[in-house]
Amino acid sequence: MKNGLLKGCLWSLTALAACACIATVPSAHARDLTIVGWGGTTQAAHKVAYFDPFVKETGIKIVEDSWSGEMAKIRGMVETGDITWDVVQVEAPEMYQGCEEGLFEQLDWSKITDKKNLVDGAAADCGAGILIWSTVFSYDADVIKNGPKTWAEFWDVKKWPGKRGMRRGAKMTLEIALLADGVPRKDVYKVLATKKGVDRAFKKLDELKPYIVWWKAGAEPQQRLAAGDVVMSMAYNAWVTRINKEEKRNFAIIWDGNLYSMDFWTIVKGSPNVDKALKFIAFSMRPDRQAVFFNKIAYGWTAKGTGKYIDKNMLPLLPTAEGHLDNALLTNVEFWLDNGESLEQRFQAWVAK
Amino acid sequence: MALQDVADKSLHDKLRRAERRKKIEAVSLIGPLLLLMVIFYFIPIGMMLYRSIDNSQMREILPETAKALAHWNGQGLPDESAYAAVVADMKVAYPARTLAGAGRRLNFDKVGFYSLLLKTGRKLKKIGGPPYKEKLIEIDSKWGDPKYWTVMKRGLKNITLIYLLRAVDLRYDDTNSIVGVPEEQAIYKSIIQRTVYISLSVTILCLLIGYPLAYFMATSSASVRNLLMIGLLLVFWTSLLVRTLSWILVLQDKGVVNSFLLSLGIISHPLPLVFNRIGVYVAMTHVLLPFMVLPLYSVMAGIPSYYVRAARSLGATPIAAFFKVYTPMTLPGIGAGCLMVFIQALGYYITPALVGGPKDQMVSYFVAFFVNERVNWSMASALGVVLLLMTGSFYLIFGKRVNITNMKLG
Amino acid sequence: MALPAHATTGERIWYYTFRVLVAVVFIYLIFPILTIIPLSFNSGEFLHYPLQGVSLRWYHDVIASGQWAVAVKNSLIVGVCSMVLATVLGTTAAVGLNRVNFPGKQLLVAFLISPMMIPLVISALALYLFFAKIGLNDTYLGIILAHTILGMPFVLITVSATLQGFDYTLVNAGASLGAAPLPVFFRIVMPLILPGIVSGAMFAFATSLDEVVVVLFIAGPAHRTLPLQMFSGIREHLSPTILAVATMLIVFAGLLMLTLEFLRKRNEKLNAPANIAA
Repeated sequence: MKNGLLKGCLWSLTALAACACIATVPSAHARDLTIVGWGGTTQAAHKVAYFDPFVKETGIKIVEDSWSGEMAKIRGMVETGDITWDVVQVEAPEMYQGCEEGLFEQLDWSKITDKKNLVDGAAADCGAGILIWSTVFSYDADVIKNGPKTWAEFWDVKKWPGKRGMRRGAKMTLEIALLADGVPRKDVYKVLATKKGVDRAFKKLDELKPYIVWWKAGAEPQQRLAAGDVVMSMAYNAWVTRINKEEKRNFAIIWDGNLYSMDFWTIVKGSPNVDKALKFIAFSMRPDRQAVFFNKIAYGWTAKGTGKYIDKNMLPLLPTAEGHLDNALLTNVEFWLDNGESLEQRFQAWVAK
Repeated sequence: MALQDVADKSLHDKLRRAERRKKIEAVSLIGPLLLLMVIFYFIPIGMMLYRSIDNSQMREILPETAKALAHWNGQGLPDESAYAAVVADMKVAYPARTLAGAGRRLNFDKVGFYSLLLKTGRKLKKIGGPPYKEKLIEIDSKWGDPKYWTVMKRGLKNITLIYLLRAVDLRYDDTNSIVGVPEEQAIYKSIIQRTVYISLSVTILCLLIGYPLAYFMATSSASVRNLLMIGLLLVFWTSLLVRTLSWILVLQDKGVVNSFLLSLGIISHPLPLVFNRIGVYVAMTHVLLPFMVLPLYSVMAGIPSYYVRAARSLGATPIAAFFKVYTPMTLPGIGAGCLMVFIQALGYYITPALVGGPKDQMVSYFVAFFVNERVNWSMASALGVVLLLMTGSFYLIFGKRVNITNMKLG
Repeated sequence: MALPAHATTGERIWYYTFRVLVAVVFIYLIFPILTIIPLSFNSGEFLHYPLQGVSLRWYHDVIASGQWAVAVKNSLIVGVCSMVLATVLGTTAAVGLNRVNFPGKQLLVAFLISPMMIPLVISALALYLFFAKIGLNDTYLGIILAHTILGMPFVLITVSATLQGFDYTLVNAGASLGAAPLPVFFRIVMPLILPGIVSGAMFAFATSLDEVVVVLFIAGPAHRTLPLQMFSGIREHLSPTILAVATMLIVFAGLLMLTLEFLRKRNEKLNAPANIAA
């Protein structure tokens, strides 16, 4: 017993010393180019299409990291000057807002590409559009033979009884409610800018509320559809396609009234690797590189001319394929920057009641 | 007589010395931890919580406006000097990209300020020379609305209470008096109540389930006990995320429980067991149960069985012996267990976020929401302050009741 | 707890009811963990029964990526170091607090266990901003310090609880017999409060092993821990690889504990005659 205790004491002292040693090893702060994406399959495709070939072509080393969009982290970096990320994938509203608030570097487009080579909206002050994603709705076509075709029919719980999956957040949900209520696409944001229009959207949502199951992560709708928790769901198009392909499912994608938006590469303000970062961004704006990515994942390309490299089976599944954008509504970033705070707050209060 | 005095004095001295030595010992034992905590926790947390009232950055962004509005009596519209000050500040702040930050803070108090400031900032290049009053009102009529100026003046003080007020569903109205927020935005009071309610329920569930388990472990043979302990630790060492996920798999509509009940024909439709309050109770109790069982067990293991046997042999019924003799001895364990479970439950958000519905989210969820999604750290800190006051007061009341730290010597 | 021969019918009924009750509680504890193990062998990626087929697909993914091995290493380094630090600091503080009484002691304790009470996101952001100023983000030291602080309250509480019933005449006896304070602590106090220390240390280790909110902020790409690795990509995709990793961890922990239990039993047997002789 005595021995055991002494041993224990010695062990803990040794462990303490070991910890002290490990802990004081200085971390390498001269950094390689650090690129941060959403992780998962998108980032795996980034790696194949952009990261690895870039390293091969330029010899510039890349460190990968992933995040879940916590803008707090980037704001913290800029506030404290301890910049640990260089290129970060962000969504459109965060890009615009971060740009206005000085969280991202202004891009020097002369070092990237001619803006004319990119689709509309991809060349922004602080961001280079890397992919276009659509929010559609989906159901299991093996279960529902003659499914709904519009958002208005999505609301029809008599004809298609069962729960509906929707993304938990005011953005897109309110637009969809108005579309379902018969507001034409071009007027959605006009209507939503008025108090009456917002009330109208919430009233429409009230109708469906008892049937709504809310989701947050992009993979959830497919899981819920497969598990039978919902019969139809708002979903991101690329996820539906991926599941259909990998799991041999038959989930329908309804493009009518789809909402689309863009993800951007941005450079964190104060990054020590701006030049390398710009080189990387320029590299990823090349159609031949994008083709690799969009043959893997069903998002829409941003470099004009990528379409001709896309496999003909894959092509109709992409948001930028012919016809899909004609029926689509572009998420209005400026509207959400101005009204996001109050609408999100009202949405949170509404959903929690 | 004299000898007695001397003896008394030396005894007194000795006692005092012993007392002092004890104190030094205690300080040197607590000291290292306290030092670590002060430097690496209390200072950062203090700085963070101060953000809930700190508004000093506004004066850095709009210094001239602050000066000009200091003289304004708040009646009607301010004079030309205030408009000139706004233009002067914006000419600096817009290119420096600090204006948006100011806009966001003012927008929290009054919706519309963000777009007002940025719109004005964008058009500043073409504004020309003074006087500015008419020109600003022409850019946006809000500049001619005294309500916005009231908010501006309030928003340029070094300390602000709007975030703390909002955390309890209050706000300033246009005349600077404190009123409740409109009903469709009132949310936090009910969330605070809900947080306490869920945490208390989970604590009680943990105690009801954990006490018998701990008792059984403490009173059974070594091999049974170790088997149970291994089971408990296996659960405990499985990642929280995985445990929460596994409850979804068990409780969902096509989950194990529903499939089982459906196949037996007990139910004809799947029961809603997850993404609602039931799911939250089941999963949170499961996640927090080890925090109840282990302290209970460690206290129970130290209670010799002869106490209860003595009570029995003196004629107590088994129930009386258990509740009058055994249970009181386990109070320190109950106290430690309940405290750990309750306080942790108050701060939980990953589990309810995954297995609960929107009506089951607690204060921490909204803290995370404001930290990560809205990047409004002032509001996050304000909610943090509220949560901290809640847990702190519960701890002080509850901790005293069960005598958890009031340890006496000897 | 064996049933005595002279037990009444009531006692018998209670005896068996109680056993059934405990069994139900135990099933509640262990059942969800058991459900994930078969799912990790699912050939499809949907997380529900029945299995679409059996395969080792997700285990291949885990082993092929290599990131998981790094994450395990990081988690072990951080977990062990923060556990040791938290246990040493927490135990000494608990003993010190137990020895003296002063006004405001409860408040001090409240402060010391506050890492448990403050929502993790607040702690995470506070530490992140503070560590950025002193260069501790993206370092092992930063994560270890943070986890030490988060794990320490558990040690403090469990050790305090066991100390509460502690009989100080033993220490005084030891001291009066001329023993120095340190040996008194290690030979008299420590064995008696060991259960508290051990369970506190376990809590501290488990806290570190499970903590994701703080590491999300302060860990860099080279210091990703297991839970962080599990969380990465979850925004997009709940992959069954997580279940494969969890299953491996469960099996590993189970084997470890069974081995320890086996060693303990053997040790008991070996030592038994010696103890009697002594």
